[in-house]
Amino acid sequence: MSIAPTEVAQPLLSEEVDRPWITIVWNDPINLMSYVTYVFMTYFKYDRAKAELLMMDVHERGKAVVSNGTREEMERDVTALHAYGLWATLQKDD
Amino acid sequence: MSTGFQRTITGRIVLRIDDMEKTVLVSLAEQMIAFVAPTQSAESADPLAVIVGIDEIAQTPSDPALARMFPAAYRDDDEAAGDFRRFTERDLRAGKLANASSVASCLEGSGSKLVLTADESLCWLGFLNDARIAIGIRLEVTEENHDELAELPEGDPRAGLFDVYDWLTFLQDSLVKLHLPAA
Repeated sequence: MSIAPTEVAQPLLSEEVDRPWITIVWNDPINLMSYVTYVFMTYFKYDRAKAELLMMDVHERGKAVVSNGTREEMERDVTALHAYGLWATLQKDD
Repeated sequence: MSTGFQRTITGRIVLRIDDMEKTVLVSLAEQMIAFVAPTQSAESADPLAVIVGIDEIAQTPSDPALARMFPAAYRDDDEAAGDFRRFTERDLRAGKLANASSVASCLEGSGSKLVLTADESLCWLGFLNDARIAIGIRLEVTEENHDELAELPEGDPRAGLFDVYDWLTFLQDSLVKLHLPAA
């Protein structure tokens, strides 16, 4: 670990930095619960307990936040989830 | 009805199907190839844009099944959704096309017993999901109407399609179980 300099330039886009983006997976009546769990475990490398919890959130609450990060990272996640056939969107975390 | 996908003691993934099941799968794979192929307007687009994989089309497809397979990535921002689509939909279609093509060639090269490589079985997994989405949207499947659809009278045009949907569900679930990581 390094020691922080005493004076740091303010990030120009501090708002962007402070407000990460999120990826949301939405419920749909067609995707199998086992398949959604498989996608969360395979793509995100989540363990089964976390993957099943998120899957149940999608199923019972209609949606779940499955990842967060920069806008670019979330666009990558959404692209991958669409390739798997999940209904995913990204948005700023409010 | 087939037994679904099974893993042999040597680790290979095997599916046994009868002639009728094979005919159904071949037909579905062929239909999927045509269904997800890039649209005509994209084909005639700027050649440079095609090479770099960026399209001019930025509209959610009007067909409800395609709209579900290629959904808007932003719910409340049409402009961002359009940009995202321009950069991603072509590759997404190509991936789904490749899955369906792999399934078609597996079926073409086999009899009643299909032996799949790991890569081929992942193409099958994606294809089965796409096929269930395409059929499920047509049937207007909801979480509540499964029993109702399962008991349609024989004369109902949706009855045969639902039988296919139900069978694909069984097939996909059997394949997912072989791919689920242990923990």
